[in-house]
Amino acid sequence: MVDPVTDRRPPITPQLALRVAIFGGVALVLFAVIFFRLWYLQVLSGDSYLAEANNNRVRELRIQAPRGEIVDRNGRVLVTNRRAIVVTIEPSTLPDSEREMAATWGQEAGQRAAKPKGKRGEPVPIPPIDNGELEQRYARLARVLGTSADAIHRDVIQQLAQVPYADVRLKTDVPRSVLNYISERKKKFPGVRVEEVYLRRYPQGQLAAQLVGTVGEISPEQLRKKRYRDLKQGTIIGQDGLELEYDSYLRGKDGMRRIQVDALGNPKGALKEQDPTAGRTVRLSLDLNLQATAQKALGNIGAGRPGSAVALNPKTGEVLAMASYPSFDPSVFTKPMTQAQYDRLTSDETGAPIFNRTIGAQYPTGSTFKIVTALAALQTGVRGADEVINDTGVFELGPQKFKNAGDAVNGAISLRQAMEVSSDVYFYQLGAKLNGLRGQVLQTWAKKLGFGHRTGIDLPGETKGLIPDRQWRKDLAAKEKSCRKKEKIPISADVYTAAAEGCGISDMRPWSAGDNVNLSVGQGDLQATPLQLAVAYSTLANGGKRIKPHLGMEVDDSQGRQLQRIQSAGSTRVKFDPANQQAILDGLKLAAEGPNGTSTDVFKDWPNDKYPIYGKTGTAERQPKADQSWYAAYVPSETKPIVVVATVEEGGFGADTAAPIVRQILSKYFFNKAGEVVRGSDTSN
Amino acid sequence: MNEPVARMPPRALALPFDPLLLLATLGLMVASLIVLAAATADDIPGQPHYYVNRQATFFTLGLILMAVISRFDYTRLRELKYGIYGVAIVLIVAVAAFGGVTKGSRRAIQLPFFEVQTSEVVKVLLVVVLAAVVVDRARDLASRQTTARIMLLALIPTALVMLQPDLGSALVYVVTAVAILFVAGVPWYRLAVLGFVGVAAISFVLAIGPAIGVNVLQKYQVERLTAFLHPTDNPGDEGYQQNQSRIAVGAGQRTGRGELSSQTRLNFLPEHHTDFIFAVVGERWGFVGSAIVLTLYALLLWRGLRILTISKNLYGALIAGGIVAMILFQLFVNVGMNIGIMPITGIPLPLLSYGGSSVLTTLIAIGLLQSIYAQGRAAAATKGRVLTM
Repeated sequence: MVDPVTDRRPPITPQLALRVAIFGGVALVLFAVIFFRLWYLQVLSGDSYLAEANNNRVRELRIQAPRGEIVDRNGRVLVTNRRAIVVTIEPSTLPDSEREMAATWGQEAGQRAAKPKGKRGEPVPIPPIDNGELEQRYARLARVLGTSADAIHRDVIQQLAQVPYADVRLKTDVPRSVLNYISERKKKFPGVRVEEVYLRRYPQGQLAAQLVGTVGEISPEQLRKKRYRDLKQGTIIGQDGLELEYDSYLRGKDGMRRIQVDALGNPKGALKEQDPTAGRTVRLSLDLNLQATAQKALGNIGAGRPGSAVALNPKTGEVLAMASYPSFDPSVFTKPMTQAQYDRLTSDETGAPIFNRTIGAQYPTGSTFKIVTALAALQTGVRGADEVINDTGVFELGPQKFKNAGDAVNGAISLRQAMEVSSDVYFYQLGAKLNGLRGQVLQTWAKKLGFGHRTGIDLPGETKGLIPDRQWRKDLAAKEKSCRKKEKIPISADVYTAAAEGCGISDMRPWSAGDNVNLSVGQGDLQATPLQLAVAYSTLANGGKRIKPHLGMEVDDSQGRQLQRIQSAGSTRVKFDPANQQAILDGLKLAAEGPNGTSTDVFKDWPNDKYPIYGKTGTAERQPKADQSWYAAYVPSETKPIVVVATVEEGGFGADTAAPIVRQILSKYFFNKAGEVVRGSDTSN
Repeated sequence: MNEPVARMPPRALALPFDPLLLLATLGLMVASLIVLAAATADDIPGQPHYYVNRQATFFTLGLILMAVISRFDYTRLRELKYGIYGVAIVLIVAVAAFGGVTKGSRRAIQLPFFEVQTSEVVKVLLVVVLAAVVVDRARDLASRQTTARIMLLALIPTALVMLQPDLGSALVYVVTAVAILFVAGVPWYRLAVLGFVGVAAISFVLAIGPAIGVNVLQKYQVERLTAFLHPTDNPGDEGYQQNQSRIAVGAGQRTGRGELSSQTRLNFLPEHHTDFIFAVVGERWGFVGSAIVLTLYALLLWRGLRILTISKNLYGALIAGGIVAMILFQLFVNVGMNIGIMPITGIPLPLLSYGGSSVLTTLIAIGLLQSIYAQGRAAAATKGRVLTM
């Protein structure tokens, strides 16, 4: 039954009115809260949320631009690209523990590598994976790549230790099916990227390997440099050699693809696409045919001993060949390198194939230096070109005796014959006389001809060499002194045992005339690169124009059409009397074709009337090593003049090893065939 | 004023209805269809209108149901209160027996074309039952026993739906029960005690319980409830939905992103046809669109409160109070979770969210409001005649 009392409409009591009012008030407050919050989200912070929403949906993918090719002067390809599918993992997606492990291991391995060989002990072991989840991730990936979780872990640790910022390359050249498989299961492979990239390809193998250099991902330090201002993280840039020197032409411009993705990361259409711009082709002055001959001759005639050969055009500075033995295949750099591979490239036992001896190695140059002494003497008037002296085979300087090589006695000779037979006594006298003049004349002329400073070639890693002089000795003595103070070794007065007892920097004796006598024949403390010697001979041949050697010749488009010439950085003028130049050149010519010339038998049957050789042998003493063989030659020509320098470490006499190498290079250059090996028998310095 | 029509006992079809309430109801339905059309166009490949068509069907059925209910005198339901209560309990238990499992919960009974989420329907059934029991004890409102009995009646279905688990509906039951007690005029101190017990229960469930090893809620439920306090901590899990929802609403700015609504269209916004439909409004139509929708709700709730005051009897007033509380609470919790100020509880937005059970429940409730309005007007007209006689 319905209660008649309550079934009647109740009047609105004040209590009900109050409660309804409170009810309405609560509703009002709740609405106000919602409106304020909406105002805050949509009106006050709308911009930042809109940015977040766009950030959600837009992914930017870089499209790698193919780097330009490097070709020789005839368009033969030295460096080009190939497509490869690579699997990488982003370091930022790895757990911190893995990255810390890499850093620690890298430190320990570095300390071990710093120790001298033989004392290093066992290689530093890589600790096992310390994270179960990571191990599963690696294992999943390993199944796809056909490797093992441990192998992936090893790669990650080793590569992160070397370059902590860059993606770790797990595998190169995987089949396309792997790309598809992983791309479709991105969620299962966090941080793993499979992409098609351009890798460098070196169709010429070991040819000019030390020149081309390497490419690699831009480092955080490089990103801050002005030179790389416009580049983004992950861009591949030249890191060494010609790749570094001409990076701005070779690099090209990466493209960008902005795509829209949904919440699961599936692409939902491209938004904007910017095509990549391929890099420019850089055409070198190098002639790969000549380069091949030079490298082959170095290897064959040098019989496996390290050496260098360089050929350049003395008028223009264009480098035609630049060889360094031993060489290597630069394609090792396109894949992650193992420690063993790296050791093979850099250790002394293997002759450090990566080392470009032509610009990086410094040696005394032996008698090839005599052109400098001759020019200094003639220009200062210390001795006339036709002044005859008596070469008795010995030059006495106080108690010291300096002898000709092989104790030869040359009798009455003037400059031309002295150059022809490579008389040391003739030049010893000059060295002593020049030392008496004010202002270190021999050193000054050495500097003018290009020794003691960088030639300015368009390659990184050139060394300066050394012209020994008074100040240099003084500085060394001061260093030795401060070192001994620190090490508490008594500063002994005995100059002969001082070096052995002290720090080994210097025997602390002052500069003496004997030093200059040694320098006059390119012995003693002189340090020069093969390229510096080539520049010196070019300067003499040019009548004083000292060129800057260069490899880059022009920048081409992909069809090989020239876009711009690479301007050589100019030359320096050295003034000397043409008569003096002629006298020295005469001497050089006699040395290569005169009856007593040091390299005459090397150039037996050479058409001297057509292509006269102006060449000088050199045999540098490098105690305790065996003598180093040198040869420097200039061949004048209206259209194709050339200067060639070759040297072989521990190669013996100049005529025996270096001169035959130069002959083959010249033969290839003028007659397009290297010809047989012709060794000379001269045994002078 | 002695019109002949008024002499007669009012015929059902001639009963008045509240035009503003109807306007708000229809407005929200239209809004729902527009929003769904925009939000779900890409959801099912080849069927861009799937959700819109189904929602329109639910609306049609609901409107018929609403019209029918509005023509009946709700007062008859008082006699049926125990029967209705029994039906409600059976409905909840039936889900446990025959329900299908979706996303880890057993919440609905699968029918050929339709899933019945019975906990929704129970929301309105419970209002009808509790209001009736309160009216029965109208003379004894202040007693502890009244409060206790009402809360006990509410807590039985509450506990049952929590087992499903359906935390959202459970909260709605409790809130409507308290609102009915409040409107009925239960003394303040009893309400204060209720509030205290409620706070104690919540802290036990969320903090103290888990600490001592008693887990009333599943771990994921606790995480969902507390995720809104620190949304960026774990954007991969609980915080993700809330984060994406806030981004969507914020990105809408003043006037919305229209076709560029990427949060919705690219699926960054989860459940954009049900729980997070308000964020769709926010992204696509901006502050302006959100304000329009909220205004429609405000109109609806205002009419609800107004109907409460013109009810011909206490029963109608209590039902109206319970329904207003039910809609207001669901609105605030749902919109609050869309804009990052309330936890994620899985409460739908009445009328706007896609879903037959929720739509039908809300339209039944609004039908009851119309019935209360009609009966109240009719009674006032009768009394007015008596008074002027």
